[in-house]
Amino acid sequence: MISKTSASAASALADIPDGATIMIGGFGLAGQPVQLIDALLEQGAANLTVVSNNAGNGHSGLAALLGAKRVQKIICSFPRQTDSHIFDALYRAGEIELELVPQGNLAERIRAAGAGIGAFFTPTGFGTSLAEGKETRTINGRDYVLEHPIAADFALISAYRADRLGNLTYRKTSRNFGPIMASAAATTVVQVDRIVELGELDPEAVITPGIFVNRVVETGDRFEREEWADVG
Amino acid sequence: MSGNSWSRAEIAGRLAQDIPDGAYMNLGIGLPTLVSNYLPSDREIILHTENGMLGMGPEAQPGEIDPDLINAGKIAVTELPGASYFHHGDSFGMMRGGHLDLCVLGAFQVSQTGDLANWSTGAPDAIPAVGGAMDLAIGAKQVYVMMELATKGGVSKLVDTCTYPITGIGCVDRLYTDRAIFELGARGATVTELVGDTTLNELRELTGLALEYSLAQEYKGITS
Repeated sequence: MISKTSASAASALADIPDGATIMIGGFGLAGQPVQLIDALLEQGAANLTVVSNNAGNGHSGLAALLGAKRVQKIICSFPRQTDSHIFDALYRAGEIELELVPQGNLAERIRAAGAGIGAFFTPTGFGTSLAEGKETRTINGRDYVLEHPIAADFALISAYRADRLGNLTYRKTSRNFGPIMASAAATTVVQVDRIVELGELDPEAVITPGIFVNRVVETGDRFEREEWADVG
Repeated sequence: MSGNSWSRAEIAGRLAQDIPDGAYMNLGIGLPTLVSNYLPSDREIILHTENGMLGMGPEAQPGEIDPDLINAGKIAVTELPGASYFHHGDSFGMMRGGHLDLCVLGAFQVSQTGDLANWSTGAPDAIPAVGGAMDLAIGAKQVYVMMELATKGGVSKLVDTCTYPITGIGCVDRLYTDRAIFELGARGATVTELVGDTTLNELRELTGLALEYSLAQEYKGITS
């Protein structure tokens, strides 16, 4: 019998080695897999490369992982935020490497890795400093930049409901990078509010099919409001 | 309006009048967000937010804040009937694939041929961040920029050639400012509307550009 359910965040992340490339879902705090990041902090792996849209908020979650000097490189689109103090200080001190990627290119490079695409031409960024040194081509009169996939050893994402096969549903804009990151990592670990019985998820409503998911950790309802906890 | 210039709210209000019924539109972070306060009530306009939603409603009020429902500026928002959610790959495919009718962005500089500079001032000690700016600039069928025409120091932000790092080449179609509205294109900038008693000569002097006046072209982004 297949069961992707892990007993705890700690056991789900126990085999992450030093030097791993880790995708972390979320856009700001929406969809950020907070419990998994806390467990990664506890677990101790270092010299990590992190792929995430932002570079942490405040002093918890991804910001805490950066603050503990566990990340040598971050690939992201929008590190600078009003509360990205930890990243800002590390970057200014030259203690973290940054690969800045336009948000749509970040998403498509992740998607491409999951879909087996070798590289692709995109119009985004053409003629800008972020495309310097990259191959370009004019196709049907439009200018494009060649971009390569981003794959990862692990993806840590957050979803709303899962079953033991790893089928996932999400809630509102917390979906963001979850489905594409799930497809682009060798091992995908998901924290969900609730794991439900097989058959409870409407197959038509599953957003990430379980084939993209390896481990699921139930972290409990995040909402006091009953109507939010009960949405399909 | 005071004499010869519009407030930011007035720029937003004027721009909103040019958004056609049925438009799928993205409003950039910052100044463009103001436009949502002035959408004509007799038109159905669907707002896209690049973190994965169509049919975005107004900012959430206390008591209705949902941490799973935010906009690109990470502000809590609401959903309207007919809303939909999708992942980032689809959201930026929508943009890059030319499915959005209109996008409104802010800018540090815009060139007369429509080059946009809005993601970096190039300051050596700045923390870089680009987000969706480059995707939005080249993706939507029409790109409108709203900004004050001059810096606080009186230097024109509509320029011959951008000196700040560019976001996209030749991507801005219209420029809405406190002094005038411009159409931009390969042949340069054309003034289509003057604010108050602003004159064409004043604008020529401020921008250093050989500006001409012409009536605005009809909006051509909607095909239905």
